[in-house]
Amino acid sequence: MSEMTQALSEPTVAVHGTSLWAMARHRFVRNKAAMASLVVLIVVAVFSFGGTWVYPHKYDQIFSSYVAVPPSLDPYPLEDTLEQVMQTAVERARLRLDSFDADGTSYTARISSDKPVDPRATRYLDRPDEFEGAEIVSTLDDGKTVEVRGNINGQYFPFGTDRNGRDLLPRIMVGGQVSITVGLLATFVSLIIGVTYGAVSGYVGGRVDNVMMRFVEILYSLPFMFFVIMLVVFFGRHFVLIFAAIGAIEWLDMARIVRGQTLSLKRREFVEAAHAMGLSNWQIIRRHVIPNTIGPVVVFVTVLVPKVILLESFLSFLGLGVQEPMTSWGSLIAEGTTGMQAVPWLLIYPAAFFVVTLFALNFIGDGLRDALDPKDR
Amino acid sequence: MIRFVLRRLMSALPTIFIVVTLSFFLMRVAPGGPFNLERPLEPQVLESLKRAFLLDRPLIVQYGHYLWNLLHGDLGPSFIYRDFTVAELIAKSLPYSLTLGAWALLVAVFGGIAIGSYAALKQNSFVDYAVMSVASFGITVPNFVLAPILSFVFAVVLRWLPAGGWGDGGPANLLLPVISLALPQLAVFARITRGSMIETLRADHIRTARAYGLPTRVVVIVHAMRAALVPAVSYLGPVAAAVLTGSVVVETVYALPGVGRYFVLGALNRDYTLVMGTVVLISVFIVVFNLIVDILYAVLDPRVRYE
Amino acid sequence: MNTPRVFRALSATLIAGSMLAVLATPSLAEVVIRRGNGGEPQTLDQAHISIDVEGFIVRDMFEGLTIFDPHGKVIPGVAESWTLSDDGTVYTFKLRADANWSDGKPVTADDFVFAYRRMEDPKEAAEYASILYPIKNAEAINGGKAEVDTLGVKAIDPKTLEITLERPTPYFIELLAHYAALPVPSWTIEKFGGEWIKPGNIVCNGAFCMTENVPNDHITAVKNDKYWDAANVKIDKIIYNPSEDQATTERMFEAGELDLVYNFQTDQMKFLEDKLGKDQVLAFSDLASYYYVFDNRKPPFDDARVRQAFSMAVDREFLSEKIFSNTQMPAYSFVPPGIPGYESATVSWADLDQLDREDKAKELLKEAGYGEGGKPLKIDIRFNTNENHKKVATAIADMWKAIGAEVTIQNLDVKSHYAYLQEGGAFDVARAGWTADYSDPENFLNLLVSTNTTFNYGHWKNEKFDELMKASYEERDAAKRMQLLHDAERIAMDEQALAPLMVHASTWLVSNKVQGFAPNPSNEHLTKFLSFK
Repeated sequence: MSEMTQALSEPTVAVHGTSLWAMARHRFVRNKAAMASLVVLIVVAVFSFGGTWVYPHKYDQIFSSYVAVPPSLDPYPLEDTLEQVMQTAVERARLRLDSFDADGTSYTARISSDKPVDPRATRYLDRPDEFEGAEIVSTLDDGKTVEVRGNINGQYFPFGTDRNGRDLLPRIMVGGQVSITVGLLATFVSLIIGVTYGAVSGYVGGRVDNVMMRFVEILYSLPFMFFVIMLVVFFGRHFVLIFAAIGAIEWLDMARIVRGQTLSLKRREFVEAAHAMGLSNWQIIRRHVIPNTIGPVVVFVTVLVPKVILLESFLSFLGLGVQEPMTSWGSLIAEGTTGMQAVPWLLIYPAAFFVVTLFALNFIGDGLRDALDPKDR
Repeated sequence: MIRFVLRRLMSALPTIFIVVTLSFFLMRVAPGGPFNLERPLEPQVLESLKRAFLLDRPLIVQYGHYLWNLLHGDLGPSFIYRDFTVAELIAKSLPYSLTLGAWALLVAVFGGIAIGSYAALKQNSFVDYAVMSVASFGITVPNFVLAPILSFVFAVVLRWLPAGGWGDGGPANLLLPVISLALPQLAVFARITRGSMIETLRADHIRTARAYGLPTRVVVIVHAMRAALVPAVSYLGPVAAAVLTGSVVVETVYALPGVGRYFVLGALNRDYTLVMGTVVLISVFIVVFNLIVDILYAVLDPRVRYE
Repeated sequence: MNTPRVFRALSATLIAGSMLAVLATPSLAEVVIRRGNGGEPQTLDQAHISIDVEGFIVRDMFEGLTIFDPHGKVIPGVAESWTLSDDGTVYTFKLRADANWSDGKPVTADDFVFAYRRMEDPKEAAEYASILYPIKNAEAINGGKAEVDTLGVKAIDPKTLEITLERPTPYFIELLAHYAALPVPSWTIEKFGGEWIKPGNIVCNGAFCMTENVPNDHITAVKNDKYWDAANVKIDKIIYNPSEDQATTERMFEAGELDLVYNFQTDQMKFLEDKLGKDQVLAFSDLASYYYVFDNRKPPFDDARVRQAFSMAVDREFLSEKIFSNTQMPAYSFVPPGIPGYESATVSWADLDQLDREDKAKELLKEAGYGEGGKPLKIDIRFNTNENHKKVATAIADMWKAIGAEVTIQNLDVKSHYAYLQEGGAFDVARAGWTADYSDPENFLNLLVSTNTTFNYGHWKNEKFDELMKASYEERDAAKRMQLLHDAERIAMDEQALAPLMVHASTWLVSNKVQGFAPNPSNEHLTKFLSFK
C-alpha cells in the first residue's frame, strides 16, 4: 500500500461519510412506511407530552360519580340519570325531592322537609360531580319548601373512566409520557454503557478484550427478569430505578455490536493514522471509533426502545410497574386485561396507543436499517 | 468437535457458579422472608421455623450449605410449597413447559422462517407488507394482552377450545397457549429471516445461480436459505432457553402447571431455594442452547471453525 | 437434516404428556365436582397450612372433633358428643365408633393426642400452633419451656378423649373446628416422614382422600368409602383447580370448566350477575376486617384527634359501592358484626353524613394544629400489591386531599409489606387485614394489646384497654366477658387506634347445578355437603 493512498484515505472516508449520510437520509425519506411512522410517532409524542397541558382533567383526578363509565362523545351526566342522582343527594341531606327539571346545562329542583330547610343543604346538592352552583332561588311554605337552581356540570370522557373514576384520556397521556421516557432513558443508559464497553473492549483488544467479553458472556446466562424483579422488590418501585434496571441489563447486545464494529475499524487506515499522530487511545475511541459505529447503533436503538417499553409492560403485568397514581401504558393495559369483558375500553384505548407506537418504532427501525445499510444500493 | 463441546461445557461451570452466588445473596438482601405472612406468626413459632430451615445460621454458612448440597444435586426443600422439594417441583412442571415450549419453538422457527423468506422473495410487494405487518403485530402486542383475548374469543364466546388448564394435554388444550407463546417469537424470526434473506438474494453466488436459470424455489431452498439462516440461528439460543423454561404470563392466563411461574412466585414469596433452583435451571438452559447455536453455526456457515 | 428426529422426540414428549393427562380424565359415570380453589395450597400438612385455600382441601380430607355445617354452624364431627367439667377446664369427648381412616384403621383418641402434640412441638414449627394455646401447657411446650408429653390432652380409652385447658375458654369448641385441630395418621407419618402427605402415602379420615397433586394444575381427591358418613356423600371425585388468577377462573367458570370458583373480581360483580345470573354469583360478609393502621409512635398520628379526622374523612360508602360493588360493607367498628352474643362498639360519628364528617374532621385537624394554617400533613399510604388495595388507596388518597393532606401511596409485594410492619418499621398509614380464626371478638381485639408487638403494627398503647382485655381473660361469665370486650373496643374506637374501613366479604361463583352451597360467615364449604341437581 503506497503512502499516497494512505494519506488520501481519511479525507475520502470523510467525503464518503457525508454522502453516505445524505444518501441514508434520502433513502429514509423515500420510505413511505417509515415516514408515516415518524409522523405517527411525533403525533403520539405531542399528544402524550403536550396533551396534559391542554386537557382539562388531571390524570389523578377522581370523579366519584363516574366510576368506570364507558367512552362517550356526549357529555356526562346523561340526562336520564340526573333525577336519580338528585334524589340520592337530597336523601342524604334528609330532605324530600318534590320535583326536578333539567334542561341541558341547568336544573331546577323543589325540595321540602318537615322542618324549615337549612340553607346549607345546598352543599349536599353540589356534592355529586353532576351538579354545581346550587342556590336557593325562592323559599315557600315558611321555608319548609325551597326551590333550588344550579348548573349541570357536563364532563366529557371521550375514552371513558377507569375503575377508580379517573378520566382515561389524561391517564393515557401520562402513561405515554412514562412509557416513552422509560423507553428512551433505558435505551440511553444501555447506549452509554454498551458503546463505551464495546468500544474499549474492541479497541484495546488482547487479553482485556477476552476478559471483558467473557464477562458479557456470563451476564448473558443470567436470568434477567429475576434481577429486575429483585431490584424492584428491593429498592421499591421508583420510576428512575425501573429504567436504570432495564437499561443496565440491555446493554449487552450493544456492547457486542460496537465491539465488532470497533474491531474492523481498528484496522482501518484512518485510525492508524490518528495513532501515528499521537492521539491517545481514549481520544481515538472518542473521535474516531464511536462516531463510526453510529449506523448499527442507531438501528439497534430503534429496536431497543420498543423492547424496553414491552419489558416495562411485563413488569406492570406482574404488578411491579410504576407507582400509582402515576401510570404507564403497560400498567393501563395490564389493568385493562383483567376487566376485558366488563370494561373493555380500559384495554382497547391504551392498547391501541401502545400497539400503534410500537408499530411505528418498528417501521422506523426497518427504515433506518434499510437507509443505513450500505449494501442496499 | 467433542473437545470443543467439552471445553465449552467446562467453561460454563464458573458462569453458573457466579450466577448462583449472585442470586443467592441478592435474594437475601431483599426485605422480608418466606415466613412473613399477612397473618403474622407468633414470635416463638417464627423462631422454630427459622431453625427448621437453617435460617438462623450466619448467611455465609447457609451459602456454603447450599453450594455443598447443589454439588450433590440437592436443590433443597421449597419454603412455600412445603410438601415438595425444589427438585420435585421442577421435575413435575418441566415436562409441561418443555412440551409447550417445544411446540411454540417449532411454530415460531418454522413459521417465522417460512413467512420471512416468502416476504423477502416478494420484497416491497403488497404481500410483503401484509405479512410483515402481521408479524410486527406479534412483536408489539404483549402476550398478556393476546392470551386473555384469545382465551375469551375461543373459549368464552365461541366455545371451541377450553379457557384454561392442561386437561389431557391434547391439541385443544395446547393450541391457544402455543400460539400465545409462539407469536412474538415467530414475528422476530420472520423479521430476521426477511432481512438476511434479502441480503443473501443479492449476493453474487445467488445471482449467478438465478442467472443460470435455476428455479427460484431451488435457489432459495438450496442456496439462499443456508446463509440466510445464520442470523436467525443466533437468535435461537436465547429464545429457546426462554421459551422452554416456561412463561409466567402464558401459564398464569391459561392456568398451566409450568416452571415459568415458579420463578416469579418464588421471588415474590421469598422462596429462596425455589428461586435458586429456577435460576440454575434457566442458566443451564441458556448455556446449553448457546452451545447448540454455536454448533449449528458451524454447520450452516463453513467459514466458522471450532476454536 | 434431522428434522424427523426432532419431530419424533417432540411427539414422544407430547404422547407422554397426554398419557399423564389421560389418567386425570374423569370417567363419565362418576360425579365429579371441579372447584376453583382460589389459590395454590403451599402445603396440605395440617401442621403447616395457614390460609383458607389450603383449608378448603384439607378439611375435605380430614375431619376434626367438630366441623362446620353448610351454614357455618359448628356441629359434631368425629366427636359424637362431649361434656365439660364444672370449672370449665376439662372437656371429655366421645368419638364415633364408626369413624375410620381410609386404610380401615379406626380413628382413636390417640390420633388426636399425636396430632395435637405434633402441633405444639417446637421441632415441627407449626405455623398455627397458637390456635391450640388454650390447651394446658401448649404455649410453654411450643416455646420449648416444657416437654411435649405434658400437653393437656389424654386418651382415656380408644374412643374417649380428655382435653384439659389452661383456663376456661368459651370458644374452645369453635377452635376445634379449626384446621389446626385436625387429627393425623401417626403411623404413616412415622413411616414416610415428610412424604406422608403425598398421594399414595396419604391416609384420610374425612369424606375424601387425595389421589393426585400436580402443583399449579390440579389436585384430585376421591370419595373415601371408609368414612363414617360415606352413605350421604354424593360426590365421587373433587378436582381442585388452584389457579388464583381471577380473570382466568372467571373465564373458566363461564366456559363451564369449573363448578365453583372462590374469589372473583369484586368490581365486576354487576357485570357477572348480568351475565351469569344472580343465583350463580355470591358475596357474603365474613369475619374479616379490612383496615388502615396509623403509626401511633410519631406525629401526626400520635394525636387521637388526627386519627379520628383521617378516619372520618374516608367515605366508606364510596369504597363499598363503587370499588367493591357492595360486596364489602362499610365498617365502623373493628370487630365485624355477626359474632353471636357480641355487640360491636361503633365509632361515635357513624351516624353523621359524610359531609358533616368532613367538616368535623377539618375542625379536629385545626384543633390539633394541622392542615390549613397549621403544620402541613404529608401522608404516605403503604399497602401490599393487589388490584383492589390499589383502588382503595387511590380513592382514600383523594379523600384525604380534601381535608388538606398531601398524600402519596406506595405498594410493596406482600412479603416486604408485612415484614416491614412486623419488624416495627416506621410508616404513616398502612393497610392491613384480619380474618378471624374463631368467631370471638378477642381474636380481633387482641391485636391492639400494647404488649403484642408483632401484631399491633401501629404500636397503639392504652392502659385502660390493656386492663379490660386482661380482665376479659379472667372473666368466667360469658355475658360479662362480652361486655368487657365491648368496653375495650369502645376505647379503641374512641381513640381510633386504627381506622376500620370495610367488613370483608367472601365471593364465590357457584354453578346453578350445584346444591348444598350456603353463604356463611366462616366461609367453610365442605364438599361432603354438596351435590348436583
